Amino acid sequence: MAKVKLTLNNETRTIDVEPCETLLDVLRDKLGMKSPKCGCDRGDCGACAVLIDGKSVRSCLIFAIECEGQHITTLEGISGDQLSILQEAFIEFNSFQCGYCAPGVIISATELLKSNPHPNLEEIKEALSGNLCRCTGYQPIFDAILKASKETKK
Amino acid sequence: MAFSHSFEYFRPGTLAEALSLLDQYKGDARLLAGGTDLAVHIKENMATPPVVIDVKRVTDFPGSRVSPKALYLNASTTFSDIVNHADLRKAYPMLWEAARSVASVGIRNRATLAGNICSAVPSLDVAPALLCYDAIVHVASSSGTREISIHDWFISPRKTACLGTEIMLGISITAPAVKHSGIYLKQGRYRGEDLAQAGLGVLITSDLQYRLAYCAVGPIPFRARAIEAVLNGKVLTAELISSAKAMVQDTVHPITDIRSSKEYRLHICEVMLERGLKAVEQRLNGAEFDSAEILGG
Ligand SMILES: Cc1cc2nc3c(=O)[nH]c(=O)nc-3n(C[C@@H](O)[C@@H](O)[C@H](O)COP(=O)(O)OP(=O)(O)OC[C@H]3O[C@@H](n4cnc5c(N)ncnc54)[C@H](O)[C@@H]3O)c2cc1C
Ligand code: FES
Ligand code: FES
Repeated sequence: MAKVKLTLNNETRTIDVEPCETLLDVLRDKLGMKSPKCGCDRGDCGACAVLIDGKSVRSCLIFAIECEGQHITTLEGISGDQLSILQEAFIEFNSFQCGYCAPGVIISATELLKSNPHPNLEEIKEALSGNLCRCTGYQPIFDAILKASKETKK
Repeated sequence: MAFSHSFEYFRPGTLAEALSLLDQYKGDARLLAGGTDLAVHIKENMATPPVVIDVKRVTDFPGSRVSPKALYLNASTTFSDIVNHADLRKAYPMLWEAARSVASVGIRNRATLAGNICSAVPSLDVAPALLCYDAIVHVASSSGTREISIHDWFISPRKTACLGTEIMLGISITAPAVKHSGIYLKQGRYRGEDLAQAGLGVLITSDLQYRLAYCAVGPIPFRARAIEAVLNGKVLTAELISSAKAMVQDTVHPITDIRSSKEYRLHICEVMLERGLKAVEQRLNGAEFDSAEILGG
């Protein structure tokens, strides 16, 4: 076991981990964050996406021990006390069905809108190309992101 | 699912520390960069290293430099670093397009160019660009540094000229002295995250020299030098392109796998050659377009 100190959703946390434990497992099982999901466990689906120092990553392909000193943000940290404009838009467009992909999609879309507040459809598709959704056909997801991007001030 | 395989983990802060760990653990250690290959391999028991040395906190890799004349990208460089570099896009469009074609943002934020060429799978997208620009790979061991031509780098699938006691420092490229342009075309099963069924890099210079390199259609990525020889010094015409295409069958030796049949790969290699040559010539003359549009999909 080794100690890892990291910042999770703006809170400092210290945990004991085995080097082989993934960030995904540690977040869910030791740190109580249930939003990152295990879909494929090999980097393909994006259900496990979280932000490390503001950049989206696949937590199933990262060992928790690599994250010493880093800032991890999960969906829980994005929502805070109230839903983001983006999340409101997802509700308005009824963007998700089973919702399994939703945390990862929101992570990717949040990262996109931060660097590019007014993306076009192609840019949205590119940013979400690593997030698989088996239910919706993506259209209501794209529509919501487009809407949210119009609501953020120019 | 937790990783079944346990290992000892080190996070050196300097190159010297990383090299001495490599020496200490000899064949038992694997270097870890973004982990987008290694973590998958460990999970699937394709790699079972007793020791993992994380090089992401090594702070003294030589610094990256990008200019229209020359390029140095160190081992910390991720594909997102490349995609977000406007000057690099302008000067080395082929390399930029190859980086952007890798996986998706969440992988590119982590995956390094160094890890990509050290993994050396046949489909690695940056290989054609590095081969066309005659890149040099810089590696270090505890006894010093050495330079390896990219043409000597790939030995067989997953095997490179980098020894187990060496750490890759970065790659360098010297741009052709005359005006030039390049393009990378990637054919996948669908647009978006997928490995290549075939990849082609094309470089053209204003004095009509051509460089062509394929990936995903042979055990290692390679330059199509016989086809280059037919093109060199000549203006592109329909006849010239036809004779170049006619040589593809003898130049490219793909296999059938889950992503594509051999026959499809051969066919698409011809299509890519024709469209790539036409597009790169337009780009040399100032046309602006997204190479991802060229193959449709
Ligand atoms: C979902 C998914 C999609 C992908 N799609 C593509 C794609 O479209 N195109 C493509 O080309 N690739 C693709 N890849 C693979 C690509 O992400 C990797 O090849 C990546 O570039 C490897 O870099 P890394 O930093 O993650 O390396 P790691 O996984 O950390 O390491 C890879 C190998 O390189 C070695 N290594 C790392 N750094 C050094 C160094 N400095 N010196 C010596 N050895 C070193 C490691 O020991 C290991 O053997 C994909 C991967 C995933 C998971
Ligand atoms: S669970 Fe990590 S990408 Fe699918
Ligand atoms: S809503 Fe079910 S996977 Fe996206």
